Amino acid sequence: MAATVDPPRTQTPTPASAPDEPGLERAAEQAESRRGFLIGLPSLLYLVVLFALPLVIVVVYSFATRSRTGRTILADWNLSSYARLFDPLVLEIGLRSLWLALLTTVISLVVGYPFAYYLATRSPRVRGVLLVLVMIPFWSNFLIRTYAWRVILGRDGPFVRFLEPILGTEGQLLFTPFAVVVGLVYGYLPFMILPLYATLERLDFSLVEAARDLHATGWQAFWRVTWPLSRPGVVAGSILVFIPSFGAYVTPEILGGGRTTMIGSYVVRQFLSARDWPFGSALSVAILAVMLVAAVVYFRTRDREA
Amino acid sequence: MRLRRTKVLAGLLVLAVALAACGDGGDGAGDAAAADCEVGGVDGDLALYNWSDYMDPELIEAFEEEFGVTVTEDFYPSNEELFARVEAGGAQYDVIVPSDYMVDIMIQEDLLLAMDFDLIPNAVNLDDDFTSPPYDPDLEFSVPYQWGTTGLGVDLGVVGDAEASWALLFDADVAGELTGRVSILDDPREAMAAALFWLGYDPNSTDEDQLEEAADVIAASRDWTAAFTSDQYSDLLLGGETVVAHGYSGNFLDNFGDDENYAYLIPDEGAVIWTDNLAILATSASPCTAHTFVDFILDAENGAQLTNWTFYASPNAAATAFIDPEVLENPAIYPDEETRDNLFFLEDTGDAEILFTDLFTRAKS
Repeated sequence: MAATVDPPRTQTPTPASAPDEPGLERAAEQAESRRGFLIGLPSLLYLVVLFALPLVIVVVYSFATRSRTGRTILADWNLSSYARLFDPLVLEIGLRSLWLALLTTVISLVVGYPFAYYLATRSPRVRGVLLVLVMIPFWSNFLIRTYAWRVILGRDGPFVRFLEPILGTEGQLLFTPFAVVVGLVYGYLPFMILPLYATLERLDFSLVEAARDLHATGWQAFWRVTWPLSRPGVVAGSILVFIPSFGAYVTPEILGGGRTTMIGSYVVRQFLSARDWPFGSALSVAILAVMLVAAVVYFRTRDREA
Repeated sequence: MRLRRTKVLAGLLVLAVALAACGDGGDGAGDAAAADCEVGGVDGDLALYNWSDYMDPELIEAFEEEFGVTVTEDFYPSNEELFARVEAGGAQYDVIVPSDYMVDIMIQEDLLLAMDFDLIPNAVNLDDDFTSPPYDPDLEFSVPYQWGTTGLGVDLGVVGDAEASWALLFDADVAGELTGRVSILDDPREAMAAALFWLGYDPNSTDEDQLEEAADVIAASRDWTAAFTSDQYSDLLLGGETVVAHGYSGNFLDNFGDDENYAYLIPDEGAVIWTDNLAILATSASPCTAHTFVDFILDAENGAQLTNWTFYASPNAAATAFIDPEVLENPAIYPDEETRDNLFFLEDTGDAEILFTDLFTRAKS
């Protein structure tokens, strides 16, 4: 994905050594930068209007006040919405979201890594078929696929039937945290597999062979060669799974039956039932901060490895 | 160069803010009520903002034909969305259909036009029970459109002839026998009201101790409650996943159809009654047409046609004569006097709404 394009760095002679035509030189440079700016303009506009501006509004609202009727009063700026973030209820929901998102990430990694490894070591033809199989679920709507899990995990579904000896006749899988994690892993597993595959596929397996030649056991070769070399993929995949899991709304709503409240649902509740937009905004800002930390970890790790 | 780019960025930002501001405060017109309007008069096309499946399309056609205007209808899924859209000011609608407590809120926010009842002669058709509701005591800003109750849908095959009681949700001896097969509305006010009824308290209580007690009742019911849901309770019930579901009358009746395995019960301890109401927005561009439309819906035969189509009860007394007997005789739609005396509106509790939301969120997970 990173076909390194060489930036046009032809006009880098120091000004002192190339004083021939400084005007032309600078004009060309400016034209270049102008062109770059114009090309970037649509995406810049997009980012400003659809991302930066709404974000500013969210931040502004988070300092506003809720009127008695639930309207947002854009005055009396205060921090009370942020103070509520430390309410035990909010912390509990936040920690639960964090825990479920981490669990989802770890399970996805444990399931996804061997698969990506297998995928990367197949012949190109088999690889193509398997990759398509990974992508196929994306061809149908996420909502529909999540609803399908309702049937699979439901009272008359195969899982409950199969596990009856363990769970007993009153056993329930649907509408439990278990169902939520299953749904999340199912939904985000491809985001783990694809970056892992991308790193493993580029991995130079002769290094592993060299390790084996030097009497490393299979495990040693894996832990000392394969795993460190595939770390960028592990980090990328983990971030890609963790971030959407943490803010998940659809999956916990459908498979959690409202009993496993995650932070996404709690935010929605502020807007749609408590009509407390300032607090909903403060929650959103807090989520954003958590994700930002995750993203920073990602980029720093990546830069260090690169 | 970098400076210039920053300037352009800043310019874009200013532009975008200006655009957003424009969208916000465009329309101040229309507040002057239909000054030179007569009964049955029109002053432009009508934009109706309504719940989905809540208006017989033939009624719309009839109105368009009779008064020579075009009616456009948009839909919203919740009162809160309606409120957000109207408050933002971008939407240009004439007539909206908010529920009781939302009428109260919108009146307080000056979003509704005071109706001119000289232009709505059919208002005399309204049932006395609906002429002084708590959310708009003198019916200055709203006219009841349809009404219903919040109760329990049950699978008769499993629950049998259980008493109509909130015990089906909260009593460990009754609901406890139905582990994993009960659903409660995922709505703080409705769920808390059910628990408050069960405890014998006022559903609009703002007494913190009573609310805590109600939240404890809900928390205890988690042992047997499969889900808290406001939009899938009928599906879960009909799909066999649950056997007792807390939900809205019209939705159950619509889904049950002629299936005699299911019934809708209004608990004896009391239940929530709700109305949806016609109201005219203060920003309406055609207030005269809007009044005419409200009057048209309040006509006896039109009111009956609406109820025959929606299966929700009509607040229009004069319409009764034209409503299908099967609808009128259905106690789930038209409860008897005794039951009706035990129905209560949910009223806006102001700052206590946050308490309701938080206690409920804590109780259910």
